[in-house]
Amino acid sequence: MEYKSPVRSFLEETADPNNVVVNLGPSHPATHGTIQVIAELEGETVKRADIHCGYLHRGFEKEAEHHTYHKVIPYTDRLNYCSSLNNNFAYAETVEKLLGIEITPRCKWLRTLLSEYNRVADHVTCIAATVMEMGAMTAFLYLMTIRDYMFEHLNHLTGARLTYSYARIGGMARELPDGWLDRLEEILQFHERYIDRIHGLLDRNRIFIDRTRNVGCMTPEHALNWGYTGPILRSTGIAMDVRKDNPYLAYDELDFEVPVGINGDNYDRYYVRMREIDESVSMIRQCVKNLPDGPLNVDNPQVVLPEKQKVYTQTESLIRHFKLIMDGIPVPAGEVYCSHEAPNGELGFYLVSDGSGRPYKLHVRSPSFNHMGGMHTLLEGYQVADIIATFGSMNMIGGECDR
Amino acid sequence: MIQDLLVYVVFMGYAIGVMLGIATLFTWVERKQSAIMADRIGANRAYIRIPFTNIKLVWMGLFHGIADGAKMLLKENFTPKTYDRFCFNLAPWLAAVPVLVVFAVIPFGGTIVPGDLIPALHDFFGSRSYTMQVANLDAGILVIMAISGIGILGTMLAGWSSNNKFSLLGAARAASQMISYEVSMGLAIICLVVTYGTLDLNQMVQWQSGTLFGFLPAWGIIVQPLGFILFLTAAIAENKRVPFDLPECESELVAGYFTEYSAMKMGLFMLSEFIEIVVVSALLVTLFLGGYNLPYMNDTGFVFPGGSTLAMSHLAVVVTQVVTFLVKVVLVGCFQIQIRWSLPRFRYDQLMRFGWKFLLPFAAVNLVVTACVRWLTL
Repeated sequence: MEYKSPVRSFLEETADPNNVVVNLGPSHPATHGTIQVIAELEGETVKRADIHCGYLHRGFEKEAEHHTYHKVIPYTDRLNYCSSLNNNFAYAETVEKLLGIEITPRCKWLRTLLSEYNRVADHVTCIAATVMEMGAMTAFLYLMTIRDYMFEHLNHLTGARLTYSYARIGGMARELPDGWLDRLEEILQFHERYIDRIHGLLDRNRIFIDRTRNVGCMTPEHALNWGYTGPILRSTGIAMDVRKDNPYLAYDELDFEVPVGINGDNYDRYYVRMREIDESVSMIRQCVKNLPDGPLNVDNPQVVLPEKQKVYTQTESLIRHFKLIMDGIPVPAGEVYCSHEAPNGELGFYLVSDGSGRPYKLHVRSPSFNHMGGMHTLLEGYQVADIIATFGSMNMIGGECDR
Repeated sequence: MIQDLLVYVVFMGYAIGVMLGIATLFTWVERKQSAIMADRIGANRAYIRIPFTNIKLVWMGLFHGIADGAKMLLKENFTPKTYDRFCFNLAPWLAAVPVLVVFAVIPFGGTIVPGDLIPALHDFFGSRSYTMQVANLDAGILVIMAISGIGILGTMLAGWSSNNKFSLLGAARAASQMISYEVSMGLAIICLVVTYGTLDLNQMVQWQSGTLFGFLPAWGIIVQPLGFILFLTAAIAENKRVPFDLPECESELVAGYFTEYSAMKMGLFMLSEFIEIVVVSALLVTLFLGGYNLPYMNDTGFVFPGGSTLAMSHLAVVVTQVVTFLVKVVLVGCFQIQIRWSLPRFRYDQLMRFGWKFLLPFAAVNLVVTACVRWLTL
């Protein structure tokens, strides 16, 4: 019997003999090596499309079952690697929820600040990639300059440019360095100057509007049916945002708006992201103003690692350190779902604990994966060139989609 | 006879040198200018080390062009499994050669009298005079249209013989785009022919050295402003650069019609693109920007609007004209690069719509208006 691959495309031959099947990716400049689009073309029009993801599957969920709760944090960095901090905080809060601990006010506000900061970086990256694929190289480079300043700045705080692993269960890895918040304000001002240039280059650019308006359109019902969240859902006009609807961290104390689009097309997705960047910048400024003093980590020896100095000098701390590293945090048995508004949409962690130091099951509700489910509906009927533009504006992140 | 031959060999050498030299310069300008636009440093790595010393000449990355060329020449020349090796190998030449040939009819200076220029050669040359142009054809503009049309064949052949779907899509786009925009380009040129009353490029330049209403330099851009915009747009589309780079847009079609080309064959496509910037700039300068002349200047010197004149020696005129032409070509080329780095690209159907429904009607209206004005003023 001939072996038939279960993941083989349903598009093996064209319905119409005059059409041609074109394979875009995974080795294609626009698909980042992480996705395959098989498209049936009639001339330049896409008749049918088939999206294959999974090229970056690393077994995150299975891997998590073999690591203690702390050791999962670096893995969460690799989910949406453009905004690692949001993943870190979502995961940490999931575990904290099951542990039933309340983080300190300073930690709460700092996490909010960093979430928004990383959201700006993520949106900037997404817009940059989209416009670059449409050929606007200078706009891309302006945005990349902003992102690079932010990465350098976060590097100063966390020690890494991309995969920060900054959160800890019950707190953070370390305090803010001196002068970090001053530099933050400098970068925000620099960012605003550059974002103005982007508005000038793109917002009313006839070619850009033609390329993005009424391309990859969807109705609110369609977006809800396919489980879309985040900027993509909001671009259709539904003001759904986990930060507003189910406030976590310090979001209920912040003053911000949820920008929405009208058409749900590429231009709206671009514009919603641009507006969200503005909102995030304003939220960062509020966080800086409200950032309270006080301890960063909770005072709970069962959860938080002892200071290194004490580990080297005190027996109790050494034992505690050993137990926390080897056995993990004893999380009570139970299950919990916690979701944060990641830059791409609702990022949820579903955690089942059997009372040991390792998760029994950790499931991720990653926005990109849901977005890819209905992606083909946004491609069919449009042009080949629109595959790239739509794909860019969907901000598919392989690490998060394929886990 | 031998004198003519000698002069034209010098002209040919100069033309080829200018084209290749400025094209190489433009690869550097493209990098450096885009870097300045995007607040980057840009090309600054390639250097030449003086042998046996540790002195490295960086010269703002000017040697990147040489490094590029050497890389292209030394890379593996990979040939895909194709059913038509002959066409595959022929295509880069068909794309590059017409571009080079077009430059032959473009005048890069006014009339030169070698005997007057260098007194020592007076006996040898006598009073022969030459226009600084490789081929002094009376139908120069038609030759340009005819020859640049051949370039389309190169891209089509490249895409078709590569045996690759992306290449084929790119070739189909290239062919339809270039043919569509050639129509508007042709109409823009007809307007100029009607205005100038000649097909000879050299005479067009001389026409432009006059004045309009007594004080404006009678440049094509002032006489035919719409024609200039139409021609510039169509020329960039012909050249397949952003925002019209659909045949080779790297994000959809990998590299379009030359996806399967490597090493120097690919280099020829790249080089022909940059040479085409030079040729298009030279054409724009010749047709619209007064050619090799400065405003109010002709082969004998300046004639200012007030009626005052400034006579110049023959040597000064020749040098001024040659330098003016080069500077104008470089500036127009930089302007094209500025456009390339500012705009996103069109989509295929938008491009065709723009060409047929926007440019073509404007070109037609422009032609009708030009013809009416010409008829009334004759």
